[in-house]
Amino acid sequence: MKYLLLICAVESETVVPFQHLDHPPPDPETEEWVKEMDARGLRKFGHALRPTDTATTIRVREGETLVSDGPFTETKEQILGFDLIEAEDLEEVIAAVSAHPVARFGTIEVRPLWPS
Amino acid sequence: MSEVEAAVTTVYREEWGRIVATLIGLTGDWDLAEECAQDAVARALERWPGDGVPRNPGAWLTTTARNQARNRLRRAATEASKLQEAAAMSQLDDSVDDSGVPEDRLRLIFTCCHPALPFDGRVALTLRTLAGLTTAEIAHAFLVPEPTMAQRLVRAKRKIRQAGIPYRVPPAHLLPQRTPAVLGVIYLLFNEGYCASVGADHTRPDLCAEAIHLGRVLARLMPDEPEAAGLLALMLFQDSRRTARQDGAGDLVALEDQDRDRWDRTVIAEGVELLDAALRRGSPGPYQVQAAIAACHATALTAAATDWPQIAALYDELVRLVSTPVVRLNRAVAVAMADGPAAGLELVEELERSGALTSYHLLPAARADLLRRLGRHRDAARSYRRALDLARTDAERRYLTNRLTEAIRNI
Repeated sequence: MKYLLLICAVESETVVPFQHLDHPPPDPETEEWVKEMDARGLRKFGHALRPTDTATTIRVREGETLVSDGPFTETKEQILGFDLIEAEDLEEVIAAVSAHPVARFGTIEVRPLWPS
Repeated sequence: MSEVEAAVTTVYREEWGRIVATLIGLTGDWDLAEECAQDAVARALERWPGDGVPRNPGAWLTTTARNQARNRLRRAATEASKLQEAAAMSQLDDSVDDSGVPEDRLRLIFTCCHPALPFDGRVALTLRTLAGLTTAEIAHAFLVPEPTMAQRLVRAKRKIRQAGIPYRVPPAHLLPQRTPAVLGVIYLLFNEGYCASVGADHTRPDLCAEAIHLGRVLARLMPDEPEAAGLLALMLFQDSRRTARQDGAGDLVALEDQDRDRWDRTVIAEGVELLDAALRRGSPGPYQVQAAIAACHATALTAAATDWPQIAALYDELVRLVSTPVVRLNRAVAVAMADGPAAGLELVEELERSGALTSYHLLPAARADLLRRLGRHRDAARSYRRALDLARTDAERRYLTNRLTEAIRNI
């Protein structure tokens, strides 16, 4: 079964301090997790996201394209990155996600994909 | 009720959860499992009057339900190539054991109580699949409309399917985290039944009985988990007071005023035996400690004979394990009994200062009672009024009004 992980935390405390850079500084714990999950064949792909003030929201209403600045909704925590996981069942995902460093201070949402 | 109906009711009670758990294990289809179990019961009501009650009614029902499941899957498989149906069918054909592996009910209860399910869904699904209550009965028990309850069940089953919650007992290293959720659902069911039983609507299902039944099943299936035995003991101690809790007018009788001759000593004895065995394992937990506190009350022949210092010490232990405001309040009450109202009042006021329990009527009620015992009747009256504002049921209001009137009389 395939799942999308939404890695969430308060970006002002995590990513924003580095927003002027081309790459955020490497986080050894996250890299370790990614390496492990890749090796186990659980993780298909994923990536970190730039902070929400680089976000653009697009809607088309009554034929008009409305472009605005910012994330589609204001939230206490923001999406810092995502991972596409393929696992046997939810328990396997829970075990994998509970080892993710962000789980200790942020929140990780696990969303099943519609089957192909 | 005819002899056959009585037999079916008894067997239904005992076997429903087992049959459903087995069929879900074999077919992976929760709705199919329930429907086939239901059909088997209907068939029993048709056949047994004529054929007589079978010697092993449980096996009869299980076999009938399994055959029904196999037939339905066969029909479904002829429509399309469904691999899961085919695999399930071969399991239904091969599996000779009619008694059902005991672990099936454990798998079922841990799945129903999975943390990924919304809490009210866990409760509803546990009652539906393990206790065999109908959707209407569960709705009635929780005083919600039937469609609302139906929706909770649908949603829970859908989440299990679509999010991939596996039908498994958690591995040993996760059991310490997952077992409390199961115990919590069972205890919630008991409390729903227990608190609601005063002035009870006797057409509502007896949730206390269902909870105790589930508690027995769990304790039997998890012999190495002392908290399961602790929970069962706790429920038995509380249930032993059932007929003494209410007076003729349907009002609550406080523990210290209850007629202890009406407490069921056989049930208490069973609770004591269970608790002793659990405690011998040397792995105390919140349910065992609460049961030990309940045991102190249950084994005191009169209110005056209650071992309050022991109860206060047990509450110290409980607060260490579960430091919630309600537990701390209960400790304050015990300390007041063991060391005098002034000592208890200090703890109650500390609790009030912490800002906890601002809408819980038992906090000002406890304060009022302690003030009354200290002879501070004016202050007591003020607290009883505050408690009355927060009281939620008529029985509670009547009790507090009596106390308030008494306090005012004493000013």
